[in-house]
Amino acid sequence: MSAGPTDAHLLERAPFLLRDWLTHALPEPLRWFANTLIAIAAILAIFGTLFALLTLVERKVLGRVQNRPGPNRTGWFGILQPVADGIKMLTKEDIVPRAADPLLHFLAPVALLGFSVLTFAVIPYGRDLVAVRLDAGVLYFFAAGSATELSIFMAGWSSNNKYALVAAMRALAQLISYELPLLLSAVPVVLAAGTLSAPDIVESQGGFTWGFVPHWHVFTPWGAAAFLVFFISALSESNRSPFDLPEAESELIAGHLTEYSGFKYALFFMAEYFGMCSLCGMAVTLFLGGWQAPLAALEFIPSYAWFALKLCALLLVFIWIRATLPRLRMDQLTRFAWKFLVPLALVNLAASAFWSLSFGWAGPMQALRWAIGIALAVGPFVLLGRRLGAGIGPRTYRYA
Amino acid sequence: MNPSGLPPLASLPGPQIRAVHDELHGDLLELSMGPHHPSTHGVFRMVVTLDGETVVKLKPVFGYLHRNHEKIAEGASYLGSMPYTDRLDYLCSMTNNWSYALAVERLAGQAVSERAEYVRVILAELTRLLNHTCLAGFLLQDGGASGTPLMYAFREREKILDLFESLSGSRMMCNYQRFGGCRADPSPAWLDSARALVDGYGRFLDEYEALLTGNEILMARTQGIGRLSPQLAVSAGVTGPMLRAAGVGYDIRKVDGYGFYPRFTFRVPIGADGDTYDRYMVRILEMRESIGILRQALRDIPAGPILDPKAKQRGLRPKAGEVYSRIEGPKGEIGFFLISDGGPNPYRYRVRPPSLINLTILEDMCLGQSIADSVVILGSVDIVLGEVDR
Repeated sequence: MSAGPTDAHLLERAPFLLRDWLTHALPEPLRWFANTLIAIAAILAIFGTLFALLTLVERKVLGRVQNRPGPNRTGWFGILQPVADGIKMLTKEDIVPRAADPLLHFLAPVALLGFSVLTFAVIPYGRDLVAVRLDAGVLYFFAAGSATELSIFMAGWSSNNKYALVAAMRALAQLISYELPLLLSAVPVVLAAGTLSAPDIVESQGGFTWGFVPHWHVFTPWGAAAFLVFFISALSESNRSPFDLPEAESELIAGHLTEYSGFKYALFFMAEYFGMCSLCGMAVTLFLGGWQAPLAALEFIPSYAWFALKLCALLLVFIWIRATLPRLRMDQLTRFAWKFLVPLALVNLAASAFWSLSFGWAGPMQALRWAIGIALAVGPFVLLGRRLGAGIGPRTYRYA
Repeated sequence: MNPSGLPPLASLPGPQIRAVHDELHGDLLELSMGPHHPSTHGVFRMVVTLDGETVVKLKPVFGYLHRNHEKIAEGASYLGSMPYTDRLDYLCSMTNNWSYALAVERLAGQAVSERAEYVRVILAELTRLLNHTCLAGFLLQDGGASGTPLMYAFREREKILDLFESLSGSRMMCNYQRFGGCRADPSPAWLDSARALVDGYGRFLDEYEALLTGNEILMARTQGIGRLSPQLAVSAGVTGPMLRAAGVGYDIRKVDGYGFYPRFTFRVPIGADGDTYDRYMVRILEMRESIGILRQALRDIPAGPILDPKAKQRGLRPKAGEVYSRIEGPKGEIGFFLISDGGPNPYRYRVRPPSLINLTILEDMCLGQSIADSVVILGSVDIVLGEVDR
């Protein structure tokens, strides 16, 4: 909760000016309280709107990929579709199965939404634009994020439905499996930045080599590999295709959501999108330079705009992947996590350590540093991938 | 019949699935999938017993769509049953029509005009394209792709349905074949648009395969899954692409040589492993062969009458006798068995439905696989409930 940058231009300071204008009349302890409330309200409002827009964009993009227009009946280009959906969800009957555990059945979506909102607190959305400046922000993020597993299991168990139960078992196995590579791929960044605080990690990625290559972690060999692992794990953690097993429509109807209707269902949906947004936000923070501009000449655009742009780009990739890939099977999913992503992330830890150690190498040693760095990042990827893909491949066919 | 000289089924080991059932492994879960389920392809139900996620028992339940087709046909005139055959496998009304028309023509001894034989081949191969395209789309949908392959498939299917509509007046319920020929003569413009479609179809298949066939997730999900041995396939009477994917090169277009098929050159692709991937690939390759047949047929189609106006349709009374006729439908051997007692309606009318007979081995393919695979295996069997239940 700093006063915001004072040397930056007006647009950069706009959020802080607005906040101070609203709360400047209040006495000090109350003012702090009001400022915090405003931060919470802003996060909920912005991500709530983003969620609404994202549901529309997702359906539009999916539609375009699949050669159909997508929703286009409500408002201009279907822009009012989220409103219509919201009204529909609110007015639908909330059905609780007779055999369900009503308390847990109610608690599951609420808890899930609560946990997923918590993760927004530590993501730096712009220069000094972070709700809580925690020293162990990254740790807190993963702790709050992993609590969502509990709610999904709660939903599956309390519904008293066989599909929901199978989905809950799948969700637990999947989320716990992918928690590990997700965390392990964030460790090299912490190692490189020397801090667990998200704003400081973004600060450490400032500056440019030769004036145009930003110092983002994704532009180092270990960073690119870690980003890939993080991104794949994030896909899985947010139950997105091709890892959408807990709610695998073609097998388990709607998985743990089978017995949910009306607004409870909408809450699940919302929490899922919030989780996706916060994971993408963390990916941007850890690897894509957070709110830093990609070019020095572009720094006049406010930092939060850069963050929003990067976030939206990652979200679009999520949607793109959903439109393209079929789903994995449960055993393949866990095998992929334990036999591919976890070893990759562990080796990558060594690659990142090497990169930090060889920081001072110059001249021809610099080329050697890149060669070793790339070998350490790509080598295990190729070797492990070959083992993973053993036994499958294209076939040739004969004719009778 | 033992077309490939295979050892008898009894000499082979069956699936060795034994559910561990003690306090450490817990209870089995019995799950009733369907008749209301997104991937049972209609009102089909599988009562699945699961050990964890592994299928240890699978009982197919059908009959929800039973319409008494065969008994009704025994009370209807010969021509009166023709539109009813559209509703058997409602994706492939053209081949159903043809198989039924062939049965009645043989019973009544009617000759078919040359142009009509060509048109029948063209429509049958278009139907094969349509059916296999839809199957590939639905199979990927069952495998969890979020609609993209299905929508690509449906874009092409739409073009074929447009052709059917402009020829017969209906997109799916075509009711087009008549005894001794076809109901309407395709215009030169229709033939041109059919040629344009056939020319573009290879490009569509290339695009579709570029998206999917080499996809590692697809290969991991389908290779080695749902194996069907040629012995079991032959013993169970499985026909069509499923039988050929199991490695038996049996295609009625080659074996019987009905219609004008002996005039066309085409190959019959066969699989080696009999798994879901082979069933998918055999259909893709069959589509490429169909394109070849269509090119030849559209090039060689002669002028002439499509239907002899004197050929009797209404009030047809074939002399007493019985006949079984069969053709290679997209899903397998679609056959009609008719007994005539000389009256205006068949004394006995029976359909040989490839969907139903191919479905009988579902449990054998699903045992030991996971629940997710059983859905994909069911998709690769290619059933239409209108034909399973009749």
